[in-house]
Amino acid sequence: MSTRDLLVQIRDLHIEGRSDETWTPIIKGVDLDLRKGEVLGLIGESGAGKSTLGLAAMGFTRDGVRISGGSVAFDGIELLQASASAKRHLLGKRIAYVAQSAAASFNPAHRLIDQHTEAPVQHGVMSKAESEKDAVRLYEQLRLPNPEEIGFRYPHQVSGGQLQRAMTAMAMSCRPDLIIFDEPTTALDVTTQIEVLAAIRDIVDQYDTAAIYITHDLAVVAQMADRIKVLLRGDEVEEAETRRMLSHPSEDYTKSLWAVRSFKRPEKPAPETDAVPVVSVRGVSAAYGTQPVLHDVSFDIHRGRTVAVVGESGSGKSTMARCITGLLPPFEGVIEFDGEALPLDYRKRSKMQLRQAQMIYQMADTALNPRKTIAEIIGRPVEFYMGLRGRDKRRRVDDLLEQIELDPAEFRDRLPSELSGGQKQRVGIARALAAEPSFIICDEVTSALDQLVAEGILKLLARLQDELGLSYMFITHDLATVRAIADEVVVMKNGEVVEQGVKRDMFKPPHHPYTDLLLSSVPEMDPDWLTNLLRERGVENIGDAASEKI
Amino acid sequence: MQSVARIIAQRLGLGLVTLFFVSVIIFAAVNMLPGDFAQAILGQGATPEAVEAIRRDLGLDKPPITRYFDWLGGVLQGDFGTSFAAANFRSFTGAETGSGLGSVAAQVAPRFENTLFLAGVTAAIAVPFSLILGVLAALFRNSIFDRAANIGTLTSISSPEFFLAYILILFLAVLNPMLPSLSNIYADMSFGERLERTLLPALTLTLVVTAHMMRMTRAAIINLLASPYIEMARLKGISPLRVIVKHALPNALAPIINVIALNLAYLITGVVVVEVVFVYPGIGQLFVDSVKIRDIPVVQACCLIFAAAYILLNLLADILSILSNPRLRHPK
Repeated sequence: MSTRDLLVQIRDLHIEGRSDETWTPIIKGVDLDLRKGEVLGLIGESGAGKSTLGLAAMGFTRDGVRISGGSVAFDGIELLQASASAKRHLLGKRIAYVAQSAAASFNPAHRLIDQHTEAPVQHGVMSKAESEKDAVRLYEQLRLPNPEEIGFRYPHQVSGGQLQRAMTAMAMSCRPDLIIFDEPTTALDVTTQIEVLAAIRDIVDQYDTAAIYITHDLAVVAQMADRIKVLLRGDEVEEAETRRMLSHPSEDYTKSLWAVRSFKRPEKPAPETDAVPVVSVRGVSAAYGTQPVLHDVSFDIHRGRTVAVVGESGSGKSTMARCITGLLPPFEGVIEFDGEALPLDYRKRSKMQLRQAQMIYQMADTALNPRKTIAEIIGRPVEFYMGLRGRDKRRRVDDLLEQIELDPAEFRDRLPSELSGGQKQRVGIARALAAEPSFIICDEVTSALDQLVAEGILKLLARLQDELGLSYMFITHDLATVRAIADEVVVMKNGEVVEQGVKRDMFKPPHHPYTDLLLSSVPEMDPDWLTNLLRERGVENIGDAASEKI
Repeated sequence: MQSVARIIAQRLGLGLVTLFFVSVIIFAAVNMLPGDFAQAILGQGATPEAVEAIRRDLGLDKPPITRYFDWLGGVLQGDFGTSFAAANFRSFTGAETGSGLGSVAAQVAPRFENTLFLAGVTAAIAVPFSLILGVLAALFRNSIFDRAANIGTLTSISSPEFFLAYILILFLAVLNPMLPSLSNIYADMSFGERLERTLLPALTLTLVVTAHMMRMTRAAIINLLASPYIEMARLKGISPLRVIVKHALPNALAPIINVIALNLAYLITGVVVVEVVFVYPGIGQLFVDSVKIRDIPVVQACCLIFAAAYILLNLLADILSILSNPRLRHPK
């Protein structure tokens, strides 16, 4: 390529992060080229150094991180040698940033429009009045509702998907040459994700802005990027043009990433019609205070089967789990266990009843006591529910560790902080198993994990189900996970069940319109997927309009 | 705004309940002081008959519960009772007892006004000074300036108040006679004159209260510097000072306001030592003198004022913290 239209040129970049007084490498000599108007996708698991590299392209490092070698040139300006004020002159004006969580990255104390106009006014690009007018135009282009008025709201008054688009508008405020998108849709529901993806793609296209798009989701990057670069632990694995990368990945690691979505367990025969379900939820309605969240929810979970509860955030999935465990007693309805009604409040349940239903949480980080060793964490329910002590308890803990494929000798005395994310989630599973339950609620157990690690957890759960005859209620918003492990599916929206049935029927038309919206919103690896979908839905009524129609 | 109004009403109600309980505690505590006014005033000549007579005159012979409700009833009508000392002095000189001049209110009011004046002058200097110092310390964190500010304010808060007062007198009144070392102010002084005389004690108190406020400002701001929205502001190329003043400070206000309120309450209730050093006629001195001679109505009135000041200032801090939260000011 000619160097004339080269916008970013990174050469042999080394970045280190401080941990306990020593510097460990995060980026180990990466090269990166970006032409004007081009979109480069950066993908990799967490810890691969994607965000660090993205920020380094702006000449920026977070606290406790330093650039130890190499060069970063932006349009011929060497950023690593540039003075702080020279860099400040570029940031916001010629290089902009869109963060993962717009809700956290907008200042809660100021109106959106004041934050939008700040960079243009401070950099002397536009007057405040001009910039405000321009903001409305950008809001319109990003298809935000009420573009005239939405800027005058505070961040907490605007929904997540809208905030993410407002942040893209803010990044556009000075018409930069380069925007770094750092996982901009990771925190969003699939249905909202589409609106944001489409909006970002259009506006980047329209103003011919170059972009670095960071994500761990291959299907998303396939829609957005011209080229894809794969990172693994600070090293580049490979880089290629998007279509070639998708059809012919050359490295084994890339191929394994591509293969994750292929995991699918065999279908189980349907339960006998007269079988008593392990858990039966009948006509449950619940509220937080006076705010109703669940309306007349009913479903059954049979022995040895997995029921996936899917829906967007706020649809009442986790509240349903709180009702079953008795943490939030419903004001109406019955929860039966093996055909026997359970007291609605967990405080009124017997130890035996409590033992039968266990829970695995989304954030293994916060669900494990950081000051207890793994043996203590797993040993607690062993002692509490099963009454084992001393050598018996120790043997049982070791058995459990073996069941979750962790070597007892190595892991018994470690603290949670000495484990990886996937290992922590395995400990969470062992803790649930320690009570020898017949039913486990898995609340988004894989959504905080990388795809390869998540696949391992799903396989483990499937194996345990076959060996121990467990029933799972699997709460998730990820339909790929549902496809992989569910036997039955319950689709929830606004606290109501809109559709339920066995998986095969659910993934086959005709669907309830909401299920259809959910299903069609899951990004696919085909780079034309988004374009085709938008054409199908009609560009005018994507997202908001689509969900309102239902 | 509906919800904010309700929260404020609730806090006000709670404040009143607190004040009631405090009044019980004050009354009980004051009545548990050993000795009483009659013994204190009669000294060596305290014959049982004389003590009894004075007690009867002052109503000290009634049971405590009756006296408490008499007192409370009076307070609710704005009558804090009659100062024992003033009443007694007047009866010696033949004037009528219980006249307006002997009332507690007449004794306490001018003193309290002086105290408020001193607190006000101090606050006007100390609050902006500590805020600016805190913001600068956060901006240049871990620099020489930051360390110097921290060491300086910590040194001044760790030194006894009278010591600071004498140092200031030495430098600002004796070696460089810029300010008067005595702060005896009178009601008929002009504002400028009062201000000049109040400046030295106000500066002393500024040195005492700055450390808390400055360190809280610094800590509250630095706490926020790792937030994504601060990173966003920096990535927009905003200057460091603007990042702190415009993006961090508005979100750090709640803890800062609370520490300011605590320090202002301290200025109203806890400055006896400084008043004594500068002979400043504030409420602190009156309070200590009244305890010495067991002038119970005055002591009780002072205690009640102190309690009310604490409650009101904390209430104000609560309300301002609530108002500093845009989620409450602008509900969905």
